[in-house]
Amino acid sequence: MRLSKSIVVSAPPQVVWDYLADLEKYTQFLSGVTRWDEEGGPETGLGARRRMLIRVGSAEVGGLIEMVEWDPPNDMAWSSVTGIDQRVRFRLRAAGSSSTRVELRYAYGVAGGGITGWISEHVSAPSLSKHLSLSLQQLKRLVESEKLRSAATERSGEPAEA
Amino acid sequence: MASQPKPVSGVSTNGHHAHTNGGAPKISDRVPLEGLADTVGRATGEAVRLSQGLAMKGVMRAAKSLEKRLQADLDDRDPDYIRENLPLSWLMATIWYRAEVRNLSNVPEKGPVLLVGNHTGGNMSPETIFFTLAFSTYFGVERRFHQLAHNLVLASPLGPFLRRFGTVAASHDNALKALDAGAAVLVFPGGDWEVHRPSWQSSKIDFGGRRGFVRLALEKDVPIVPVVTIGGQETALWLDRGAWLAKLLRLDRTARLKVLPILIAPPWGLTVGDFLPRLPLPAKMTSEVLPAIHLREQFGEEPDIDEVYEYVTGAMQETLDGLAAERRFPVIG
Repeated sequence: MRLSKSIVVSAPPQVVWDYLADLEKYTQFLSGVTRWDEEGGPETGLGARRRMLIRVGSAEVGGLIEMVEWDPPNDMAWSSVTGIDQRVRFRLRAAGSSSTRVELRYAYGVAGGGITGWISEHVSAPSLSKHLSLSLQQLKRLVESEKLRSAATERSGEPAEA
Repeated sequence: MASQPKPVSGVSTNGHHAHTNGGAPKISDRVPLEGLADTVGRATGEAVRLSQGLAMKGVMRAAKSLEKRLQADLDDRDPDYIRENLPLSWLMATIWYRAEVRNLSNVPEKGPVLLVGNHTGGNMSPETIFFTLAFSTYFGVERRFHQLAHNLVLASPLGPFLRRFGTVAASHDNALKALDAGAAVLVFPGGDWEVHRPSWQSSKIDFGGRRGFVRLALEKDVPIVPVVTIGGQETALWLDRGAWLAKLLRLDRTARLKVLPILIAPPWGLTVGDFLPRLPLPAKMTSEVLPAIHLREQFGEEPDIDEVYEYVTGAMQETLDGLAAERRFPVIG
């Protein structure tokens, strides 16, 4: 099953990327995520590992994930090492002079296949789809408000906070 | 002893040939009648002995199979099988029971741990299904997790499947083996006594005074993590435990059954025993995991078993009261 949602953020791709590159900030915008703990590897970038769980129905599903693609400021992707099979991608593309189209793709599959696997994937899709939409909306709000805050700080002559 | 053969066509039973015409001799003419009775008698005797032997073999095989099912072979747990069957558990838990497990993060990340639950929902025990699902998705199927179940559950046709999920027969020795293997072990001290309590006692912790879990935790020096569940007693209407009936039928001695519940459950209506597969009502189920209790840290080097028992059941009762207060309607939740 592959889900995809996108949103236009009023900030250049590099600004959005800088926000996404800080893995500590993911709990602020990823909807439904109940766990996002560092699990070895570098803190960020290719090879970074996290234990990630997201609530879907009656269970928190996920597992160990690893960053497998890191191409600033365009693409990043993680893939599951253990737990549910998943591959998540943030795809950033310029949309106009100072905007970015952010696409969030979530491909997942449950083990075993069969009819129950197929039904589970389809039953869980609406809930996951909603999480993707909410995550992008929260990302947009956070990036744009941080951009505004930085601009305001620059105007006042004080150094911008990360 | 040879039995008397029945008359067959062309053969009399008094030893004389029965010629129906004067032509070529029939098959019966070539068989000495004196020997026939003995032959048939021996064959019948053999058949009886064979069938008795087969029946005995069948009984022996069934007994061996039952014995094997009740043995705690921890290797029967199959992580790949669990992983492949999680979708079915997830569908049941999500759609049918709208199940929710709270605060799984209270379970220590590593090492052996004794999860102590209140038992609900009769022999179907839905909380075992969705708690196993929640545990397996939260910690991964790689983490060893065993559940202790009544002999009758493992002896049922579902037994072989449950063993692959990590279920072993409820006994002190089996729990020790599982804890020695570093597993998280889920026990229901209330057992059949608690799981068949009347539906109107849904929000009551009732271990029936069974303190074995405290001794177990002390013996292996593992933390106790209470797991409190509500909703199971609404999957049917339990009228009575039927302890008196079990005693009357001596089931307490012959089958380790302290109860023989009387309940109303679809599709059977009024039932005794809860042995038949039934359709559980889609009651909203909620489990809450309490913080780990490290007995020696909290109660000293030689904890008083009664004191620990009262503390654990008291904490669980308090949580269950809270969960009961959240529910507005039976079944709906």
